[in-house]
Amino acid sequence: MSKVVFETEDEEEVKVDKDWKPRILAFLCNWCSYAGADLAGVSRIQYPATVRVVRVPCTGRINPFFILKALTDGWDGVVVSGCHPGDCHYISGNLVARRRFALLNELLEFFGIEPGRVNFMWASAAEGERFAVLIEKATERVKKLGPNKRFLKKW
Amino acid sequence: MGIEEENQKIEKSIRDIARDLLKNKEVDVIIGYTEGTVPLSTSPIIIRDEKDVDKLVWNNFCYINLAKYLAPRMPQLVDPEKGELKVGIVTKGCVGRALIQLAIEKQINLDNVKIIGIPCNGIVNRRRIEKEIGEKEILEVSVSEDNIIVKGKNFEESFPFSEYINELCKQCKIKSPPKVDSCVGECGEYESVFDEFNDVKEFESKTPDEKWEYINDLLSTCTRCYACREACPMCYCNLCFVDQNKPIWFGKTTDQTEILMFHLIRAMHMAGRCVACGACSSVCPVGIDLNLITRKLEQMVKERYNFTSGIDIDKFPPMMDFEMEDEQEFMLEED
Ligand code: SF4
Ligand code: SF4
Repeated sequence: MSKVVFETEDEEEVKVDKDWKPRILAFLCNWCSYAGADLAGVSRIQYPATVRVVRVPCTGRINPFFILKALTDGWDGVVVSGCHPGDCHYISGNLVARRRFALLNELLEFFGIEPGRVNFMWASAAEGERFAVLIEKATERVKKLGPNKRFLKKW
Repeated sequence: MGIEEENQKIEKSIRDIARDLLKNKEVDVIIGYTEGTVPLSTSPIIIRDEKDVDKLVWNNFCYINLAKYLAPRMPQLVDPEKGELKVGIVTKGCVGRALIQLAIEKQINLDNVKIIGIPCNGIVNRRRIEKEIGEKEILEVSVSEDNIIVKGKNFEESFPFSEYINELCKQCKIKSPPKVDSCVGECGEYESVFDEFNDVKEFESKTPDEKWEYINDLLSTCTRCYACREACPMCYCNLCFVDQNKPIWFGKTTDQTEILMFHLIRAMHMAGRCVACGACSSVCPVGIDLNLITRKLEQMVKERYNFTSGIDIDKFPPMMDFEMEDEQEFMLEED
């Protein structure tokens, strides 16, 4: 982890720093998005290299804690990606998760977390292209917001 | 009719019904409110004998949600031979909602519960009054006409009732408990509840910075005593996430992030289940008013899934359910 960005107290300075790349944690479901990311890789489609992936069995496995913990531990943004509705390997895992994410997303905004810090998307195993485009988009959104300061735990 | 007479009428009807229920052996115990030990409060009481029913009271300080005190969570209410005792419970609107929601979640058996329905007329915001009185000691509080009269040594102050009740009570549209089979007393019928949620919308029109500041300010004094959780009728988990230490998702300190994390995750757990009784805010020792979060929870499930907790015993709670057509406007899409 590059400490430099983190310890910068002066927000102005960070904004000027054109090279700053947000570090993003992505939770990808095993059956669709993880394979999609793989496909993007083998097809040599470029997407931001600052994304790190955690593979989960299903988006339904994602506890809101995963996302919040990522933020308190200093990740600048979070991406959650799974199978399209109806395509879940476990039939309805992503549909249950969708309701949970909808509420979590609203609550985060209600608490004043900037919209765009946490991103949700669907990408199937065949959509390497789409995966790359959406990750790019999520990265742009986080980049605009600058480093994560809100939920960051100050030790 | 003034609030005072209304209260007396309600109190009388509670005592009459309770006496009848006990006399006819329809219930074994009555759970209700009795005088508190300090001003601005009442205590829960469990009555087994007919001659004690006059201990039951009703006033505008009955902030506790009695649904918390039912079997199986109260071992005293389970007889080793007979099984669960039959209980009569003094039920204002939000207690009724909690009972129904608990029955939906299969935590209680409504067959053993007689609902003594009463039309609630609002609960006094005790923390706000305490704050305004400040350091002085409150010795006596009463409600007369449309004012709350607070008396102490060398002072007497009066507050307008309609202004100094809980924020949630101001918005409340379910004053008497929703009707179920075991209802005695006054119960209402609610098909769906209309609410515009203007208070939530007003808050949401702020910028993220303003919201962040406001929420941080609101919660900054939280000591993580969990009184709000203990008072909550819907918080019945054997192992609450805050007591869990494997894995450690977040610490147990009063660091600002950890306070926020506690309230945010608790809000997640309450979505679609919170019955908006305001007990959490009434018991908070530092006077944090959680009603804004409560309102947000109600608004989310109402607007997204057209659900109001605890009014319909046959309706499946939204967070245990899903539909193919659920809104997903928050999902990232290609341009
Ligand atoms: S806060 Fe959550 S985990 Fe804790 S008792 Fe309430 S519902 Fe259960
Ligand atoms: S009762 Fe108040 S101080 Fe205690 S945990 Fe709840 S909000 Fe925090």
